[in-house]
Amino acid sequence: MPLMELRGLTHTYSQGTPFEKKAVDHIDLTLYEGHTVGLLGHTGSGKSTLIQHMNALLKPTEGTVLLDGEDIFATKEAMRAARFRVGLVFQYPEYQLFEENVFDDIAFGPKNQKLPPEEIDRRVREAAAFVGLGEDVFTQSPLELSGGQKRRAAIAGVLAMEPELLVLDEPTAGLDPAGRADLLEKLMAWREARNATILLVTHDMDTAAGCERLLVMDGGRIVMDGSPAKIFSQGERLQAIGLDLPGAARIAMLLRQKGADLPEDIYTIDRLQEAILALWRRKGEQSC
Amino acid sequence: MLKDITLGQYFPDDTPVHRLDPRTKLILTVIYIAALFMAGSVGGYVLVALCLAAAAHISHIKPKALFKGLRPLIFLIVFTAIINLFFTSGEDYLLHWRFIKITYTGLKNAVVMVVRVMLLVSGTFMLTYTTSPLSITDGLERLLSPLKKIHVPVYELSLMMSIALRFIPTLIEETDRIMSAQKARGADLETGSLVERAKALLPLLIPLFVSAFRRADELALAMECRCYNGGEGRTRMKQLRMERRDAVAFLLSAVLVAGVLLLRRFGI
Repeated sequence: MPLMELRGLTHTYSQGTPFEKKAVDHIDLTLYEGHTVGLLGHTGSGKSTLIQHMNALLKPTEGTVLLDGEDIFATKEAMRAARFRVGLVFQYPEYQLFEENVFDDIAFGPKNQKLPPEEIDRRVREAAAFVGLGEDVFTQSPLELSGGQKRRAAIAGVLAMEPELLVLDEPTAGLDPAGRADLLEKLMAWREARNATILLVTHDMDTAAGCERLLVMDGGRIVMDGSPAKIFSQGERLQAIGLDLPGAARIAMLLRQKGADLPEDIYTIDRLQEAILALWRRKGEQSC
Repeated sequence: MLKDITLGQYFPDDTPVHRLDPRTKLILTVIYIAALFMAGSVGGYVLVALCLAAAAHISHIKPKALFKGLRPLIFLIVFTAIINLFFTSGEDYLLHWRFIKITYTGLKNAVVMVVRVMLLVSGTFMLTYTTSPLSITDGLERLLSPLKKIHVPVYELSLMMSIALRFIPTLIEETDRIMSAQKARGADLETGSLVERAKALLPLLIPLFVSAFRRADELALAMECRCYNGGEGRTRMKQLRMERRDAVAFLLSAVLVAGVLLLRRFGI
């Protein structure tokens, strides 16, 4: 069932001035419940502009956004409701922390939802547990936390609103590889538990490889849409629009260019290993 | 959006006005303001206005841009006009109905004040439209450098000014970002009573201050890493030099002042 539909979405910045720029250009897109979708594209391709329409932060110049079939820009109330149903985590979300202690900061969203205190308490504890923050930090100032903990606290602040669609703009930027894998794992566990949908904006191709569906943006349009296997089999096209491939897919592509007979849908290390071993065995049989 | 604020916005171009030395432009602005206040007749104001129009024309600044700069001042202009219109004492009534008295002098004063404020503001906007903030600071520093003799920290002041100017766009962008982030968590900045709205600003101001301090720290560190130790003995990449066109500009401004004084003398 479609959760969100974008229809002919267009956004032009500074319309009517010499600085006019079409950041998002007639995008049609349908997101389904319970998916993990990756959004790829180089800097300036319109990703950030696009996602800010999903919770009604930006109003489209043209076109509309439907949430469960209803226009989120119809009324002020609908726009506000969309803010809570679609959680948006910005890049470097730790810069939004402001409360005296971590608990209150995570509770900021639910408080704005005007929930009863017991419900707020439950949600804060649950969200903190999901991102792996212990209750011992609840009384600390968010500014005293380490970088990784700040990031988790900020993300927990959005999770606590219990959104149906969670949109994250490069949630792992600036984290070390271990912290990156850990955070993604926790987000996936959250998605599973809540049966929510995740849209992940990322530059990291290995992160993208873990999604079920990938969207590629270039020049304000969605130019590719499909499974990771399908997207990463078009290595040359991705590189032409300035994007990279996951490590395994890049190795496979280079080997193919050297004449190795490898299938086109390789993008994980396991799959690559399997394919190379299969190739090795076949070669062994031939040479005997 | 906050980004659209035109607070002394600079329109990069390459016209004779843009190429003038910033010191010249600063002094010319002062002369222009002096001429404006010396003008005591219709002819004087027309002359000043013509001068402004000519400068705008040469520097490719559209009249629309000049008027746009006046927009934030509409309240002030209207207020000045009303005060002058209704509260000028005199006997030459145009209208006298119960407590409302409008005198001929009042009307004249109101028109003069409005014209003056408009010419004053759009004239100073010409300076910021045609000169980049950095060259304005450069020019100011050079103009004020004689004050170093009486221990005014001119160099430090101008450095502070250029850093402040440099960070205005960054802070505006940052405000935009934090505003969006808090709105995404359901912060309501637009409705509610005055107290509620002031409270709603906290989630905006605190992160903004935190990041401003962080940036200041980083900048100080970066400057120290590059062995910055004040203005003593520092050379500059862009040397300011007066050219022939600066002399021409000064000559023209002298003509303007003379013209205004003459017109006033003859009451045209």
